[in-house]
Amino acid sequence: MKNGSMITAQGLSKSFGEVRALRDVDLDVPAGSILGVLGPNGAGKTTAIRILTTLTVPDTGSAWVAGHDVVNDPSAVRRMIGVTGQDATLDEQLTGRQNLLMVGELSRMKRSDAKRRGAELLEAFELADAGERVLKTYSGGMRRRLDLAASLVARPPVLFLDEPTTGLDPTSRQRMWTVIRTLVSEGTTVLLSTQYLDEADSLADRIVLFDHGRVIAEGTPAELKGSTGSQLVEVTLAAPHAGAAAALAELGTGAVNVSGGGLRLTVPVRNEPGLAVAALRSLDAVGAQVEDIAVHRPTLDDVFGILTGATGPDGAPDTGDAGEGGDAGEAAAEFEEVLL
Amino acid sequence: MRGDIALRPPAAQLPAASRIVSWLQDVWVLTRRNLIHVRREPQQLSDVTIQPVIFTLLFVYVFGAALAAKAGGDFKAFLIPGLLVMNLTTSTVGTAIGLSTDLSTGVINRLRTLPMAQTSILVGRSISDLLAAVLCGAFVVVTGLAIGWRPDAGAGSILAGIGIALFFSYALTWFNACIGLGMKSPEAAQGVVFVIMFPLSFVSNIFTPTQGMPGWVGAIANWNPVSAVASACRTLFGAPNPSAAVNAWPMQHPVTAALMWAFAILVVCAPVAGWLYRRKTRN
Repeated sequence: MKNGSMITAQGLSKSFGEVRALRDVDLDVPAGSILGVLGPNGAGKTTAIRILTTLTVPDTGSAWVAGHDVVNDPSAVRRMIGVTGQDATLDEQLTGRQNLLMVGELSRMKRSDAKRRGAELLEAFELADAGERVLKTYSGGMRRRLDLAASLVARPPVLFLDEPTTGLDPTSRQRMWTVIRTLVSEGTTVLLSTQYLDEADSLADRIVLFDHGRVIAEGTPAELKGSTGSQLVEVTLAAPHAGAAAALAELGTGAVNVSGGGLRLTVPVRNEPGLAVAALRSLDAVGAQVEDIAVHRPTLDDVFGILTGATGPDGAPDTGDAGEGGDAGEAAAEFEEVLL
Repeated sequence: MRGDIALRPPAAQLPAASRIVSWLQDVWVLTRRNLIHVRREPQQLSDVTIQPVIFTLLFVYVFGAALAAKAGGDFKAFLIPGLLVMNLTTSTVGTAIGLSTDLSTGVINRLRTLPMAQTSILVGRSISDLLAAVLCGAFVVVTGLAIGWRPDAGAGSILAGIGIALFFSYALTWFNACIGLGMKSPEAAQGVVFVIMFPLSFVSNIFTPTQGMPGWVGAIANWNPVSAVASACRTLFGAPNPSAAVNAWPMQHPVTAALMWAFAILVVCAPVAGWLYRRKTRN
């Protein structure tokens, strides 16, 4: 295990019968950082988390959490981790408060400490009013919050969050993000799996991309976006122009995509400075009137589509048409500026 | 949701508490959890409250006279110890169903990520089910007393009989735990335990003396652990016990046989349940 790593995995493999859920996966999460594990359903994210949280053992490979071997010393690992996940839930028939108390006591806290900590967390997660209600009556968002609260009862230094915001409304997601950022700023190490690219983009220090049980890409969000080796130039014309596409094609590394009734042109280009100016000059030379021009890096959606074969993480086919992005595309571009 | 959750160093293990003390605490926390379930849905207790009352009344008033004619003497004195054992035997199916239900939800996974003693999940379940068995036994005894049953023995002897029946019931809890852990779903577990528990109760000396049964059925009944426990209770309650005339070792030494059976079932089934639990939760 490397120095400063809170979570390390080497060559993890796991099969369920014929299905190879995990193939030779390496992971490394430095203390106090967030690793985003991104991938479609069935990519192996949950299996990796189950191994790291001692719920299952790998066929081959080793892993350590906070310096403890997950296979040989699971109880030491369990003292260091908090787990929030789809398949590690709370008791439906207990109230919110009773659930937190139970988790605290089973984490070997004193009953009085566990009670106090439970009350503190219910307060922090705005569940104090629902504390005496049975979990069965909770909404999806309340459950997720209580789940996260339960994983924080014993103040673990390492947190595993398996798709913590799946099914949440945008406001609840933002709140969840705020809590996760706060925890990390206070020194917690987080491994977060998600199907949402924007979530990984926004939260993670580093991202690993899972597909069919393998890690197919790894890096910071910016590195991943740069890894496709290209940027996109997007031009909006004042009026359609017959020579514009040809003028842009000279600069591009791929085909020019024309949309919006000939007004919008998109072309992939190399990662080089001054491309916007060059594009403007070429268009001016053929007499095309430019209303707007933008150069942006591909979003993680684009990267994911390229690396996993043109399907998005939710299984929806990638349109492959950056020019048709509309509001979502613009929002992503703005978002990216904030990020970079 | 506020973002100001205080993060301090992780909770250390209780400093002075020995492993046994923490283990007992885990068991108690999980026992309490099961008791909260019962309080939340009291109808799930019907098989240890209403059912024993119905069985007792049904067998005493509908079949009692006919069954006891063969036994001779006071048919309530003959039947109530048997009904006590029968109810404590059949009520143990709750363990199989409850445990199987637990395993089908994500709660077990959450518990498995906590630094608790993993065996306390099974032990906690067995203890809350033992408490249910105590309730079940109390309902049979009180119903019996209400309809005029008067055991003809000292309090110590009667309590010893009830204690043996409860010990046997506790051992069967672990047998049922094995079934619950071995089956894929709560429904499957329920199906299997009833198929086992009902013949176990009925092919015995609970309702009729085994002397009247065909040879091989009688032999099975004489060696059935349930018969030994019923005979032990009858002996200790001062009730008529026709099986005492049967020339089979357990019928000649019912108290020893009942204790040995219960002990043997416990010693075999508890480790098997632990092994099944580990196997079930490994993947």
